[in-house]
Amino acid sequence: MQSAVSVKDLKIAYGSTVVLQNINLEIAPREFLVLLGASGCGKSTLLNAIAGLTDIADGEVWIEGRNVTWAEPKDRGIGMVFQSYALYPRMSVRKNLGFGLRVAGLPKAEIAARANRAAEMLHLTPLLDRRPAELSGGQRQRVAIGRALVRQVDVFLFDEPLSNLDAKLRNELRVEIKKLHQDLGNTMIYVTHDQVEAMTLADRIAIMKDGVIQQLAAPAEIYHRPANLFVAGFIGAPAMNFIEGQIVARGAGHAFVAGGLDLDLAGYQGAPLPGPATLGFRPEHLMPEAGGGPAIEGTVSVVEPMGADTVVWFSHEGQSHSLRLMGDTGLRPRDPLRAGIDITRANLFGADGTRL
Amino acid sequence: MKHRIKRSLMPFGALLPTWLAVVLVYIGAMVWTLRLSFTNSRIFPTDHYVGFAQYEKLLSSSKWMAAAGNLVVFGVLYIAGCLVIGFLLAAALDRQVRFESLFRTIFLYPYAMSFVVTGLIWQWLMNPLLGVQASVQAWGWSGFSFDLLSSRELAIYGVVIAGVWQGAGLVMVMMLAGMRGIDTEQWRAARIDGIPVWRTYVSVVLPQLGPALAAVSTILTMGVIKTYDLVVAITNGGPGTATEVPAKFIMDNLFQRQNLGLATAAAVMLLMSVLIVVAPFRFVSSMRARRKAGVL
Amino acid sequence: MSVASVTPRGPKPGRLTLGRFGLYAFLISAALFFSVPLYVMIVTSLKTMPEIRAGGIFSLPQGLDLSAWKTAWSGACAGTECAGVQAGFWNSVRITLPAVAISVLVGAVNGYALSFWRPRGGTLMFGLLMAGALVPYQVFLYPLVRWFATGHLYNSLPGIVLVHILFGLPLVTLLFRNYFVTIPEELFKASRLDGAGFWRIFAEIMLPMSVPMLVVAAMMQFTGIWNDFLLGLVFAGRENLPMTVQLNNIVNTTTGERLYNVNMAATILTALVPLVIYFVSGRWFVRGIAAGAVKG
Repeated sequence: MQSAVSVKDLKIAYGSTVVLQNINLEIAPREFLVLLGASGCGKSTLLNAIAGLTDIADGEVWIEGRNVTWAEPKDRGIGMVFQSYALYPRMSVRKNLGFGLRVAGLPKAEIAARANRAAEMLHLTPLLDRRPAELSGGQRQRVAIGRALVRQVDVFLFDEPLSNLDAKLRNELRVEIKKLHQDLGNTMIYVTHDQVEAMTLADRIAIMKDGVIQQLAAPAEIYHRPANLFVAGFIGAPAMNFIEGQIVARGAGHAFVAGGLDLDLAGYQGAPLPGPATLGFRPEHLMPEAGGGPAIEGTVSVVEPMGADTVVWFSHEGQSHSLRLMGDTGLRPRDPLRAGIDITRANLFGADGTRL
Repeated sequence: MKHRIKRSLMPFGALLPTWLAVVLVYIGAMVWTLRLSFTNSRIFPTDHYVGFAQYEKLLSSSKWMAAAGNLVVFGVLYIAGCLVIGFLLAAALDRQVRFESLFRTIFLYPYAMSFVVTGLIWQWLMNPLLGVQASVQAWGWSGFSFDLLSSRELAIYGVVIAGVWQGAGLVMVMMLAGMRGIDTEQWRAARIDGIPVWRTYVSVVLPQLGPALAAVSTILTMGVIKTYDLVVAITNGGPGTATEVPAKFIMDNLFQRQNLGLATAAAVMLLMSVLIVVAPFRFVSSMRARRKAGVL
Repeated sequence: MSVASVTPRGPKPGRLTLGRFGLYAFLISAALFFSVPLYVMIVTSLKTMPEIRAGGIFSLPQGLDLSAWKTAWSGACAGTECAGVQAGFWNSVRITLPAVAISVLVGAVNGYALSFWRPRGGTLMFGLLMAGALVPYQVFLYPLVRWFATGHLYNSLPGIVLVHILFGLPLVTLLFRNYFVTIPEELFKASRLDGAGFWRIFAEIMLPMSVPMLVVAAMMQFTGIWNDFLLGLVFAGRENLPMTVQLNNIVNTTTGERLYNVNMAATILTALVPLVIYFVSGRWFVRGIAAGAVKG
């Protein structure tokens, strides 16, 4: 099947500083791809390169089967939504929606029809004659989405569209964007630094760091089988717990040894190799262990009740770890704790940081 | 108790010199000038009131009317010239050009120089026998004429050129600052929308420069009304009354013709023209502030 | 067209578009318009009179002849008096330095008192001051002359310095008020809780924090006062005429032959100080313009 957007061997450099190199991406039609990473990782640069707003040093960009590497942004068949909304401040909502079409020379009736349709989809109809300054943040961002909508293109680009909104609005608009995607079936590329947005919206997430895509996979895959230590530590809150130790061969299988911990690796989803390694396990994959099985022993330091669940922080051999329990817990600071690790859901990383 | 009094008096005491200046000089002198304009004072002030006779005399004075007419022509062309050239320069520099700071320095340096210096430079450039006209004609363009200052019809345009040369840089600086304050994502959005660059400047950027435009227009207008040194240096009002301006008319009647009543009446007229020009700006900006406060 | 068959890859081929070319053409011709007068001034001042009479205002001087500069400095004639602009230069220094120092200091105190202590009537005073800045000088001139004559300040150095301070107050007060408004009030409250008084807070906390604004205000005042013509003409008196007035007297003198090279040298000399300030600290200069233009 033909990709909706494909990026081939992309390289971007400012002077002698290389920002992106060897970027290859194939985005399927109707796919929702999220580019996720901390600020400065190159995710926005990549998006701008796809939009044609950044000069590229090497590589190709294809959209809907056309090589658009040298095409102007307006000729690429894309719509884009920006973090600061980038609405034209002195124009009404209606004019904001129609300005690009007017300049392109579309007939008035067609412009009005498209603007009205977009306004209806985004519940903007009563606001059409207001100026951006008279709208709330959420309304402004809906207008910005509408401006991409009226272009009737197949690919939507979002550059941190929800970052300027407060938490409540962010949640509401996130749901609306997801609905919009389900209704329209457009290809969407969405840049964010917020992992909740990434996890909830994406068909696939590309996690970036220092201009390199660390892992490109479905959200569940990224959460449960992170490709390397960076991805493992980046996704999840509280973050994944790590213990450094050694993998040793034992009988037919392997075991992970670190201080007083000795863990048989039978059932591990992967291919452990003897040598130095890091064990990673999510807070919810620890269970208080009453029996005599292998467990991490420690002392409770802080208990954070969050309503639906409770996060318990405890120290083990000088390191702080977290443990997530459903509901309330009777644990209190300075209580002793024994926690067993569900090895089928744990992750092991080799000396170079990649998952074993 | 003692402390309280000291604390509240000290700031007031610190402002006292300025209070004195405001009350005595700004208000006191203005009131005296206003009073004098209703008397028939010549060299020395008198208390002989003549009502609006000085103002009537002023309006029937061909020299004053010429000065007022010149001011309108000069003012309109000077402000339009500064705004248009200044905006174009700012837009050009906003396009990420090489040597931007060099260009900026060149466009603004005339603004650092006095009107007297500006006037004398352009007087020399427009010298009919040895100036630019002679050189260009010597290059073979024999019909070229740049002898504006010795012509009754054209002299005022010579003053306009000198003024625009001096003042366009100010507009450029302020417009450029305004343009740099515009969210860069708007430019990206416009590129996605396929808006041509010139259209973006006209339809998106220019409407957002309103406050800067109002500020710079006020400054230029105040400069026009006060125009004196430039004209004294470049033409001294001539030829005839071709470049006579109200400020110079007042100075002449105040210190040479010793016609105090007429001079003060003219000064009051000048003040009225400031009010007429500035009041709408103030009104609009205060209305805007009030509307904003209402919305919030 | 072979281009069509090439697969687009990498950076868009660098074509110097027509728009880009036009942009630079516009910038360069504008730069010529703004810089040619300065160039003409300099070459003219380095030529001899026979060379100037031979024509060619744009041509380079045949030799480096500095005699016009020497004459301009110490021998050029204004009417019958032939002493160059030298005396005017020193007069301008004597007028400008104290006027700048005092007005900036008073402006700093005003701004500080207005924005932190907010004494009763402060807003009114500030409003009157700003309104006063819009009034043409001509409205104040005659009463001021009379009062100064009564106080034996007319035609004296202290007199002209005082006039410049009086008329400089609105700008410096505005600059400092707007600057101090941006300083968090918590700082002021904290120092009052520490027991510091009006002057101690000013001298030890606010003044050191306002060094940038002191520089900007001093520069604005310096160029403004140095470039003044009108006030110097009226208030300074024959012994203290500032450089601008002397320059105009020399260039626009009607007696004797017109020495264009000397005139241009004298003009450059007069423009030199503000130009040096501008070229050395252009960024501050621009900041000053922007700060002064943003009136409430």
